[in-house]
Amino acid sequence: MTTTTTEHSRPYTHGDLPRLMGLMTGDEKHGPAATSTLDVLWVLYDQVLRVGPERMDDPERDRFLLSKGHGPMAYYAVLAAKGFVPVEWLPDFGSYDSPLGHHPDRVLVPGAEIGSGSLGHGLPIAVGTALGLRAQGRTAPRVWVLVGDAELDEGSNHEAIAFAGPARLDRLHTVVVDNSSAGHARPGGIAARFEAAGWSAVTVDGRDHAALYAAFTAPHPGRPHAVVARVEPKSA
Amino acid sequence: MDTMRDRFAPVVSRLLEEDPRVAVVLAEIGRDGFADAQLRHPDRVINVGIREQLLVGAGAGLALTGMRPVVHTFASFLVERPFEQVKLDLGHQDVGAVLVSAAASFDWPAGGFTHMAPGDVALLDTLDGWTVHVPGHPDEAETLLRHAVAAGDDKVYVRLSVQSNAEALPVDGARFRTVREGRSGVVVAVGPMLDAILAATDGLDVTVLYATTVRPFDADALRAATRAAGTDVVLVEPYLAGTSTTAANDALADVPHRVLGLGVGRAELRRYGTVAEHLTTHGLDTRTLRERIGGFAGGGDGGRVAVRG
Repeated sequence: MTTTTTEHSRPYTHGDLPRLMGLMTGDEKHGPAATSTLDVLWVLYDQVLRVGPERMDDPERDRFLLSKGHGPMAYYAVLAAKGFVPVEWLPDFGSYDSPLGHHPDRVLVPGAEIGSGSLGHGLPIAVGTALGLRAQGRTAPRVWVLVGDAELDEGSNHEAIAFAGPARLDRLHTVVVDNSSAGHARPGGIAARFEAAGWSAVTVDGRDHAALYAAFTAPHPGRPHAVVARVEPKSA
Repeated sequence: MDTMRDRFAPVVSRLLEEDPRVAVVLAEIGRDGFADAQLRHPDRVINVGIREQLLVGAGAGLALTGMRPVVHTFASFLVERPFEQVKLDLGHQDVGAVLVSAAASFDWPAGGFTHMAPGDVALLDTLDGWTVHVPGHPDEAETLLRHAVAAGDDKVYVRLSVQSNAEALPVDGARFRTVREGRSGVVVAVGPMLDAILAATDGLDVTVLYATTVRPFDADALRAATRAAGTDVVLVEPYLAGTSTTAANDALADVPHRVLGLGVGRAELRRYGTVAEHLTTHGLDTRTLRERIGGFAGGGDGGRVAVRG
């Protein structure tokens, strides 16, 4: 039942994503809020993550955990483009019989490593995932978690950030999509927070694919790694 | 006698040796008992510090990779404080864990209300699919811990307490056990309540069932007991009074019945002192239990249970 990219006349590209999102939103034009995660997700799935529809049961796969589950159209579009989710599922987004809700459910969505919606759950689960892989001697898989800048308001994230640095969870990666939506924030505060806990951290333009790729693949021996991807302010 | 908690680290340390899936997740509390195990298995004995949201979330992450996490702290910080993590990181993510609590309803009365969790089992009752073990003796705790860890990827809660019966009984991790048979009512004694119940019902013509696994609730055992003893049912639970009243009512939905739920009251006492003093205040001492049970069971003949004759 899975539609793969090979059944499509050509592999989907980044340029197809607005149309795929449009199948869910009814409009191919999307504001910054709907697309804040789009380039981050695309670069990860297209160039960084060692995952695929055929590898979902492979314990050696990378893990990508979407913690910021709100506004998942970009995520579903990327999962569809990469063959995890049939494109035909997209138009029914949010309907009773659709596996694709306004917050993703890992039990329903092929390729989704976690369900999310309530903020502040993904990073602690990612810490446990990294610990579980380490305990099984699986050093190859990398664990990625995507959070929003306002999501970092939730204290549970800070429990995870403060633990992961001293625990030297160097397979753990966090990408913070920063669209300036936190009500109380200081410039540079996000990267500084991670660095203070012993993480490697870098801040980049969240629309620049080459910069994202470089940040995602930067070496960070012995330390977990955070990438702050800055995009247009949500309120702009 | 040692306590259930004294058994926890030794039992789970042995399970770490036996089963490579097992991992222990702690939030400082209980860490000393695992010092040796941590040296042997540094990647499977994990202390996250005083971070209970991470405690449960990390347990869920371990489970997502195929591990069997055993997650431990005081009940108030394991079930109440990170309740949304219990609900979402385990339940909604569809993964299992063994949550093992200490301190129970008022194991440390001098510690005050912040360290009391009489509502833990009632809270778990708002969620689907939890097995709840309430051992009444350290030997039973050991057996039920092994059952819990061996239960596949189930969600299991094991409630350890310093309250204990003098002697252990065989427990199977599922069924209630008939301890005494009578004709004028059924008393369900949960975990460490058993000794007080047996003393309180001495000479009364009631059946006593001993429950150490309360979820799933052994409806079959209760129904079977009521066939000879009638359908006046008293539940005596070491946590919030009435926690299992709904389960007992559901078990007897098709027959007229009466249920009295005894246990820990909701009102905050704002008292320190001893476990015995708190038991008495909550009406869980032998004398009060005898009055309450005797005045309720066998209500068909004026509210007084028949004395065994």
